[in-house]
Amino acid sequence: MSLTAVAAGTRVAGPPEGSPDESGRRGRRSTPYLLLLPGLAWLVLFFAVPVVALGSTSLQTRVPGAEVGVYQQTFRWANYSDALREYAPQFGRSFLYAGLATVLCLVIGYPLAYAIALRAGRWRNLMLVAVVAPFFTSFILRTIAWRQVLADNGPVTSTLHGLHLLPATQSLTASPTAVVAGLTYNFLPFMVLPLYASLERLDPRLVEASGDLYATAPVTFRRVTLPLSMPGVVAGTLLTFIPAAGDYVNAALLGNPSTAMIGNVVDSRFFRIVDYPTAAALSFVLMAAILLLVSIYIRRAGTEELV
Amino acid sequence: MSFLRRHLVMIVALLVLAYLFVPIGYTIAFSFNDAGRSNLTWQGFTTKNWSNPCGAPEVCTALGNSLKIGLLATVGATVLGTMVAFALARHRFRGRAATNLLVFLPMATPEVVLGAALLALFLNLRLNPGFWTIVIAHVMFCVSFVVVTVKARLAGLDPRLEQAAMDLYADEWQTFRRVTLPLAAPGILAAALLAFALSFDDFIITNFNSGNVTTFPKFVYVSAARGIPPQANVIGTAMFVAALLVVLAGQALGARRRAAR
Repeated sequence: MSLTAVAAGTRVAGPPEGSPDESGRRGRRSTPYLLLLPGLAWLVLFFAVPVVALGSTSLQTRVPGAEVGVYQQTFRWANYSDALREYAPQFGRSFLYAGLATVLCLVIGYPLAYAIALRAGRWRNLMLVAVVAPFFTSFILRTIAWRQVLADNGPVTSTLHGLHLLPATQSLTASPTAVVAGLTYNFLPFMVLPLYASLERLDPRLVEASGDLYATAPVTFRRVTLPLSMPGVVAGTLLTFIPAAGDYVNAALLGNPSTAMIGNVVDSRFFRIVDYPTAAALSFVLMAAILLLVSIYIRRAGTEELV
Repeated sequence: MSFLRRHLVMIVALLVLAYLFVPIGYTIAFSFNDAGRSNLTWQGFTTKNWSNPCGAPEVCTALGNSLKIGLLATVGATVLGTMVAFALARHRFRGRAATNLLVFLPMATPEVVLGAALLALFLNLRLNPGFWTIVIAHVMFCVSFVVVTVKARLAGLDPRLEQAAMDLYADEWQTFRRVTLPLAAPGILAAALLAFALSFDDFIITNFNSGNVTTFPKFVYVSAARGIPPQANVIGTAMFVAALLVVLAGQALGARRRAAR
């Protein structure tokens, strides 16, 4: 999952695509299909077919009298309404936490991307490496490190307790705040890299021109810089929101049972309760909801070339 | 005061970078902790974890699995993805929109869904998850990233270079071998590194499709309940340093090339 943003960054930063084959090369007709065949076959077999299998599983019911984990196809659509009724809070929480983390990433990621693209000078590459560096340690290790740093006997909590900034009975971990902070931390580079890619392409003369025309710095930012960086904002928010909404590691390691997100439910339904249909129905709804949100968002933001 | 105002953006940026480095610093520091099984509180400095990185049970088995899976997935995804990228960037064919959609969708789908869907397929086929199902899953989610990365590189190449080769009587295969492939190589290498990083660090999809096989992230996650052994921090730190060296070497090489030109 990690380096999504790097790929997206190159995509955003890359030069505009020329129409294919404008080099006038005449290959054999079958060449493109032969090139596509293995890759697309893999994606069909192990992405498209599984999604159909997921849909099929979501409509199954238990075989009466059989052991746990044996299901048969009965096309029980009520699996969906049952699952949604039972897990509406977890769905709400997933979108709430992911939304909050995305906004926080944008707020703290924008100054960082701006500084790297426009202020860093010869330190630019070094700062970019620093942004990607967290990816080089394991995602799980980093999240556990946060749990340790924020733990009750850890440095942050004891300092806050010592200064009486935090009531002695209150801890920082196992709370919604810790989960949102963890999501923000883990997905911040996904926000920064596309923002950087679009800010880096920004023509500084446009900013100068705005200043020459007596715009104050805030007005220049609002009317020139921000609109020109919109492709980066759109790509960054999507790359942050999608993995954050489906994540369950942060909620599991930094939260408590009342911060469970939809990913936690899917995980426990699959493995602890062996209730495949409910888990499949919840996954399907999550996928549909995210694709719907993404397509509305991309259309409204007007950057369809992104896809 | 004016210093603060002039450099406000940079100061904020450096603070955010410091925030990014807190858990990394913690991970590195606690790889030197003189701890027993659970590495929760600071017990004193030692290098014994580094001289015995396989000291904790299972940690090196998990690492070995992760490296093997990472290499297999990288080779598979790079070959498949590069072929698709060449088709998209260099050929005209019917079904281009559908191809783009099929490549894009796995990237827009949350990992839980990808993992659960594959597991649903394996369950329906009565197939037990294990080493090879992890490899299959990793190739699947890495392919899209390879396609996107290599395609971006190919789109940036000057088509006149290939035309020139053709004008000089190179046939299609020679042009590909001697001109297009060398020019695309940095993009393919970047895509391969990306695929390896994605595969090596993946937890969620792996957890759904791994059965009893343990990978490094899965090992860390499972041992989190009773405290992870310091050897996990050693391996995390070593990977961090290795990746950093690869990136810095790449940057230095790029700078030398630019200087030589």
